Amino acid sequence: MSSITNKDAAGLAHGKAHGGGGHHSGDDHEHHSYLHPKPTILATIKDWATTIDHKKIGVMYLFAILFMFFLGGMAALTVRAELWFPTTVDPKTGVVSGQFLQMFMTGDGKDWSKANKFYNQMMTLHGLIMVFLVIVPSVPASLGNFLLPLMIGAKDVAFPRLNLASWYVYLTGSLLAIFVVLLGGVDTGWTFYTPYSTTTDNEYHKVTWMVASAFILGFSSIFTGLNFVVTVHKLRAPGMGWFDMPLFVWGIYGTAIIQVLATPVIGITLALMVFETTFNVGIFDPRLGGDPVLFQHFFWFYSHPVVYVMILPGMAIVNELVAVGCRKKIFGYRAVAFSTLAIAGISFVVWGHHLFTSEGEVAAVIFSALTFLVAIPSAVKIFNWIATLYKGSINLNTPTLYALAFLWLFSIGGLTGLFLGALSVDLHLHDTYFIVAHFHYVMMGGTIIAFIGGIHLWWPKMFGKMYSEFWARIGWFFVFVGFNVTFFPQFVMGTRGMPRRYANYVDEFQLYHQISTVGAFLLLIGFLVHLLTFIQSLVAGKKALPNPYGALTLEWTNAASPPIEHNFDHEPVVTHGPYDYDDVIPPQTPPGEFALPKPSARPIEH
Amino acid sequence: MATIDLGHHGTHGSPDHGHSSIDPSRPYHERYHAAHHFIDREHEFDAVKMGVWLFLATEVLLFSGMFVGYAILRIWYPEAFIGGSGLLDVKWGLINTVVLLASSYTVASGVRHAQTGNQKWLRINIVITFLCGLAFLLIKFIFEYAHKIEVGLLPGKFYHYAHPTSAHEPLWWGIYWCATGIHASHVIVGLGLFAWLYIRSRKQHFGPGHYNAVEGVGLYWHIVDIVWIFLFPLLYLIH
Repeated sequence: MSSITNKDAAGLAHGKAHGGGGHHSGDDHEHHSYLHPKPTILATIKDWATTIDHKKIGVMYLFAILFMFFLGGMAALTVRAELWFPTTVDPKTGVVSGQFLQMFMTGDGKDWSKANKFYNQMMTLHGLIMVFLVIVPSVPASLGNFLLPLMIGAKDVAFPRLNLASWYVYLTGSLLAIFVVLLGGVDTGWTFYTPYSTTTDNEYHKVTWMVASAFILGFSSIFTGLNFVVTVHKLRAPGMGWFDMPLFVWGIYGTAIIQVLATPVIGITLALMVFETTFNVGIFDPRLGGDPVLFQHFFWFYSHPVVYVMILPGMAIVNELVAVGCRKKIFGYRAVAFSTLAIAGISFVVWGHHLFTSEGEVAAVIFSALTFLVAIPSAVKIFNWIATLYKGSINLNTPTLYALAFLWLFSIGGLTGLFLGALSVDLHLHDTYFIVAHFHYVMMGGTIIAFIGGIHLWWPKMFGKMYSEFWARIGWFFVFVGFNVTFFPQFVMGTRGMPRRYANYVDEFQLYHQISTVGAFLLLIGFLVHLLTFIQSLVAGKKALPNPYGALTLEWTNAASPPIEHNFDHEPVVTHGPYDYDDVIPPQTPPGEFALPKPSARPIEH
Repeated sequence: MATIDLGHHGTHGSPDHGHSSIDPSRPYHERYHAAHHFIDREHEFDAVKMGVWLFLATEVLLFSGMFVGYAILRIWYPEAFIGGSGLLDVKWGLINTVVLLASSYTVASGVRHAQTGNQKWLRINIVITFLCGLAFLLIKFIFEYAHKIEVGLLPGKFYHYAHPTSAHEPLWWGIYWCATGIHASHVIVGLGLFAWLYIRSRKQHFGPGHYNAVEGVGLYWHIVDIVWIFLFPLLYLIH
């Protein structure tokens, strides 16, 4: 029945012994939890700062990314607050009204430009932070780093020192970005389109520094991706074939391939841009005969694949949330695994759909057709997850609720993507709020929602503490409702012609903007509830068992909560699939410790 | 990345491979253990090699952006590219090509000597490769860059050459300086790596059982070479 050797099972049945940091009496320091502090505070800090343990690096990434998420969120709230009223100028007196950011106006109340400049900077800041500092590294660098070796039964990633280097490179890039913000920020949007970005950058060369920051962050992304590809190829535990890997690993693997192959192109693009602003080489400058559209091609050759760097890890998490949440084998495992690779492959040939209005007609038709291809593997995943949920014994805890939210929101995001892939419709919707709503449904409704669900699922494994299920569900409710209230009205505004990025709008859009702003603050409440729940859990949470959900992947069956420094006390041998819930009952979870479904009014059917 | 030596195994890690890890009189490459998360040294070598190859793929993609820029602008302004290319000195370009090709041979030969444990010839090959890289840079800077800076063959708005052949020539010099500049920066990194290899080879770090770093740096040096093999005809020869 069980995969696990008797010795393993025995060890883990008494597994509480290494279950929580410091409660056991083992002499061997190798058996301490990875969170076990060193004798002095200074030694502990040094230990974390120089660690090559993938778990610690993952946890440091997690907190850095959540902090950046907070900063990016604050910028978004500023933007939403400014849009509460349309800005109007009294034609007689010249007095400006309706600007929330009035503290940036000059004394007589007639200069609207400063508040608008601040709005542009906040809008750019939100985009840059959320894309480069939050969503791109979010899942791979935090949960991926923590879980990938545990899930494949390895002691660490292939190149632990490269992993630490990637963390410091990320930190350097982030600090540089914050430094630019302190200098006053940039107003180019996160896409840095030339020639605007290379010709308006006279004060402090802020755009150049911001581009340098994105370039540095690219290295962090390449290091992580390269590490993960080699880890998956070379470090799987004995008995784990490619199709015995949890689907989370497949998703992270597909992501890593894109990171390695796409990021160098943005590297050369940004390098050329820095040369452009410093030495005026002219490659993107039409005055010297260069081609600004070439920049757009380069930029999107990276940035479209990177859209899948953002969504694939979200999908990777949903696999685990769905399987653990309904205790069933994932329907069509191989189809889901191959659809991951298909998305990674197709992602490299669809960049042109960002340039429908600036490239040739034939190219636009070809890219439009290719774009529709992405819908196929994405739909395969969605349908397979729904098929998995069907007749499963669904445990509606917070992680599963987030999986359901993902299915709902990502489907809306994905289907509205088809509108944008169709050429004639896109020409109408191009650069409107419809686009804004679409990519927020995919990026936030997809990736961030899955990320938060994943943090909840693996929180007990990472920190060895349970969180309050009640308050986590309250938080989920506010996030889910707040999200839809924020972004659904933007679809409507977009179809009616509200252009994106503007600090002002005509009066008839006011209702939609106000609904959207209310939603943004509901989101804030939801995230604050989650934050407090997590703090409460760290301070006073119930101690977690090694396998509180009775899941079957190695990080649950063979490792303590939190794991020991070397992950496993002996090398795991894999003899069953990650989702064989019908055949395997995890031996180490005392009965009654994980939530069984409530008795139903209807008898069990077979 | 290839040389983590924790000095001990993980508790339940790989078995000792029969190398006496505690006898300090034996050379480092014989005492060397794979890092704790690998089964043995071959396992680690495989992983390191795969990592380096992936890194080389990123290098190819980095330069491919450069080549795409070259191709598009050449199609738009062939006269600027032909005129600008005519001002380059094919002689020094050719000499540099030969210098780099020679260094490619010595670095490959160095890997071979590491595999057979021939410490003396490993060191000699590393030194020759380093000197070839240095010679490449000196030729580039003294005989090519210095002259071009002097007469004003510079990119974009810094261009002030007295006899321009076409209106878009500054653009060609933009491509030339970016492409050769990025390549030269790779050569400089290579020099640092060979210095590091030399210091380690003096301490007998490399031998038949352990030469991950030699292999990795060797592969890197080949890609630097290959990029130049493409740059040389594209910049100097095609008219």
